[in-house]
Amino acid sequence: MKVGVVTFPGTLDDRDAARAATHAGTTAVSLWHNDADLKGVDAVILPGGFSYGDYLRCGAISRFAPVMEKVIDAANGGMPLLGICNGFQVLCEAHLLPGALTRNHELHFLCRDQQLEITNNQTAWTSAFTVGQKIVIPLKNGEGSFQCDDATLAMLEGEGRVIARYVGDNPNGSRNKIAGITNERGNVVGLMPHPEHAIDTLTGPTADGLAFFTSVLTAMVK
Amino acid sequence: MALDTVAIAKTNPDTKQPFAELGLKADEYARIKEILGRRPTSSELAMYSVMWSEHCSYKSSKVHLKQFGDKAVKTDALLVGIGENAGVVDVGQGYAVTFKIESHNHPSFVEPYQGAATGVGGIVRDILTMGARPIAIMDPLRFGPADAPDTRRVLPGIIAGVGGYGNCLGLPNIGGEVVFDETYIGNPLVNALCVGVMKHSDIKLAKAAGAGNLVVLYGAKTGGDGIGGVSVLASETFDATGPAKRPAVQVGDPFVEKVLIECSLEIFAEDLVVGIQDLGGAGLSCATSELASGGSGGMKVELDRVPLRDATLSPEEILMSESQERMCAIVEPKHIDRFLEICKKWDVTVTVIGEVTDGERLEITWHGELIVDVPPRTVAHDGPVYNRPLGKPDYIDRVNAEIINVPRPETADQIKDTVLKLAATPNLADKSWVTSQYDRYVQGNTIQSQPDDSGMVRIDEKTNLGVAIATDANANWSYLNPYEGAKLALAEAARNIATAGAKPLAVTNCLNFGSPEDPGVMWQFAESVRGLADGCFEMGLPVTGGNVSFYNQTGSVAILPTPVIGVLGVINDVRTRTPMSFDRAGLELFLLGDTEDDLAGSEWAYMHGQRGGKAPIADLQREMRLIDLLVAGRTSQIFTAAHDLSQGGLSATLTEMVLRHNVGANIAIENVGTTLISESPGRVVVAVEPTKAAALLALAAKQQITITKIGATGGDSLVINGADISLSELRKAHTETFEKLFG
Repeated sequence: MKVGVVTFPGTLDDRDAARAATHAGTTAVSLWHNDADLKGVDAVILPGGFSYGDYLRCGAISRFAPVMEKVIDAANGGMPLLGICNGFQVLCEAHLLPGALTRNHELHFLCRDQQLEITNNQTAWTSAFTVGQKIVIPLKNGEGSFQCDDATLAMLEGEGRVIARYVGDNPNGSRNKIAGITNERGNVVGLMPHPEHAIDTLTGPTADGLAFFTSVLTAMVK
Repeated sequence: MALDTVAIAKTNPDTKQPFAELGLKADEYARIKEILGRRPTSSELAMYSVMWSEHCSYKSSKVHLKQFGDKAVKTDALLVGIGENAGVVDVGQGYAVTFKIESHNHPSFVEPYQGAATGVGGIVRDILTMGARPIAIMDPLRFGPADAPDTRRVLPGIIAGVGGYGNCLGLPNIGGEVVFDETYIGNPLVNALCVGVMKHSDIKLAKAAGAGNLVVLYGAKTGGDGIGGVSVLASETFDATGPAKRPAVQVGDPFVEKVLIECSLEIFAEDLVVGIQDLGGAGLSCATSELASGGSGGMKVELDRVPLRDATLSPEEILMSESQERMCAIVEPKHIDRFLEICKKWDVTVTVIGEVTDGERLEITWHGELIVDVPPRTVAHDGPVYNRPLGKPDYIDRVNAEIINVPRPETADQIKDTVLKLAATPNLADKSWVTSQYDRYVQGNTIQSQPDDSGMVRIDEKTNLGVAIATDANANWSYLNPYEGAKLALAEAARNIATAGAKPLAVTNCLNFGSPEDPGVMWQFAESVRGLADGCFEMGLPVTGGNVSFYNQTGSVAILPTPVIGVLGVINDVRTRTPMSFDRAGLELFLLGDTEDDLAGSEWAYMHGQRGGKAPIADLQREMRLIDLLVAGRTSQIFTAAHDLSQGGLSATLTEMVLRHNVGANIAIENVGTTLISESPGRVVVAVEPTKAAALLALAAKQQITITKIGATGGDSLVINGADISLSELRKAHTETFEKLFG
């Protein structure tokens, strides 16, 4: 099972995402933003970072990268796609997910170990969790406040498409403490915190993040 | 202004030149004329002025810094020593590590965000230039009083700048310092450390060898920012009546630097460069003259080929510009196509601007006219050297004679009050408000970061080889006794990596002082260098490089002498490191080392408005035995936790240990009025399982280190001689200070 990890100029967590995918038992394949070629992968991760320097808006330029055309097509065809942090921003800019990520309400970059509650385990990336499960993974962003209009929020909540929420104080001002959402089909997930930094207790606060990557292995085998 | 060429300089020898405005003294200007046998052209004058500035030429410090070489121990671990962009040490398994600290103090006062950001950018390029992938950064910072209005202006900007640039480069920030003192009010210190890793065979040097090889400039285009940065900003005292200095601060773009890093590493991996130099202080003047003098021949540069952000820049300005995110490489013609191809892949601007010659001159032309014709060494290395007058300042004997006369904490109430006050004082309070603005996780190899004693990163995922780094300075002790202060800072940094079980390997430094034209400051500097050189010799540690920042003073008030010492160590298996704190009850707590009545320069004394007395005398033999004990204890897995004692003494160390995992401790100590607050060096608190206590005692006996049982872990409080401080109360005191001040 091959998981593609896209590198845009300014991507930072690509090697971390590849390491996490490898730990979970998949084969990580590096994808270059400028190549419209998915190299036969079974799933794709858009990792964190500051692609194109976050110029204009986070993710606004990456969304037009040649590789994204293929990624969008594949996702619309049901391929599992995970956007982490900057990747989540790219997914929103690409309209694969609704809403937008805006500046943290306290206007600082914030890096901390963050508790989350998993609220949907029916997606390609969360099936290894149980609903209500509490996990701790790193959060690190400057523009992680999830915003959308009331109708969209009602739709996301009504359809159970919020996949994780922040527990405790709201770290960035996200509506309804939303940390991650999925599309209608459950194959595309956007997540602001970083599961790839929590795959073992040597380098991460916990190993809780690994289950996102083992989930997709199950999804791909199906 | 009309173009000033070498031909014109010969025919108009008496043209008046603004050497003084460019920071050159009359005798320095005369020396340039002597070297060239004529007056310099305006472009040559620009180059000499920036390269002979204090910042680039080390003209006041050179005679002292020599000791780092003269007193150095011979060690095979040192692969590249002082003089290159950064020193390189062998850490085993074929890996080499390079690390260095630099200051960006003055720019950060003028423009906190950009000053701090470009400080990070500059040191990262130094590390990259050695051929290494940068893997982590640290930032020792110093500010005026925490509640001073100007600190509220400067601190948030500097923190955001360090974070904004480092986070965007994808470099974990693994530690540093945040210290407040009134002498830093007009002179905040922004020191930035970067560490990088490479294979031995990948080391790159700044040399332009091989006639016919191409001089290639790549990275950002050149703009008008930072012109005169080193000569004006870093080498002169601020004067309230002077013109605004803002244009002299560089403006950084971390995205361009991130791309430059990846592009460069790909170029290095294919071995496409003969030599390389980054463009930092003194920009192209520095890069061309250093590359040329590092090689065997000369160099020709067509300056009009340099890509510009601002087409109106004059050749003098292009030579002096400190625009960020630029590199200069020497490339063999057969590799140039591939070099250009990789730059294209990363959308990096690249231009061939000249070539290496078999002559001996650095010749620079502007649209065909010769505007610079100099022996490159005279620009890069043969700058003026000053043996500045120095004299022991009057204050030393006076403050050394002062007696600290503050009542000591003796009763349970006084103990509790002292512990809570020390936990909350800005210098010792929780720094999460700062460090949570830095990414410590990126790259996925961070093993330790703030608030641990040292930062630690894994460099090999299979073997778990890692390196640990700590930076320390105790300016209070350096103020009382700069010779011992430097040795004590060295000992503390070495101890801080040893508590985790890493073995100290090499030293870097960033020496922050007032004006070298003040004999008292110069004496502080000379004593600090002598102390550090002697200390490194005694501990068998090579100094791999460093940085000097002078003129950190406002009017006649100099900053406290602040030699920041960085020590790098190696650990063969990061999985076996000793953590800083304990996460369970039932462990026994021991204090290693001797506690004397060392309150001079202590945080407790400072909190009570006193900073007199005598600094401790460093006992480096004992420090080395303690380090051996700590490394051996880690190797044999005796410790559950180990944490250094420094500012705030036992009180601060216990506070940090119990709060880390929210597990209390019950402590009983003798002579509490001293033991709780003394800052005697060479001490560590260790936690062990009761079954390991005998092994610990044996180890301490073997290394002749005093060991005292002080209590056990457990409970919801820190209890000291019956004074019960609940963890929630202690946490509140420790964590609310920064939130209140800056939140």
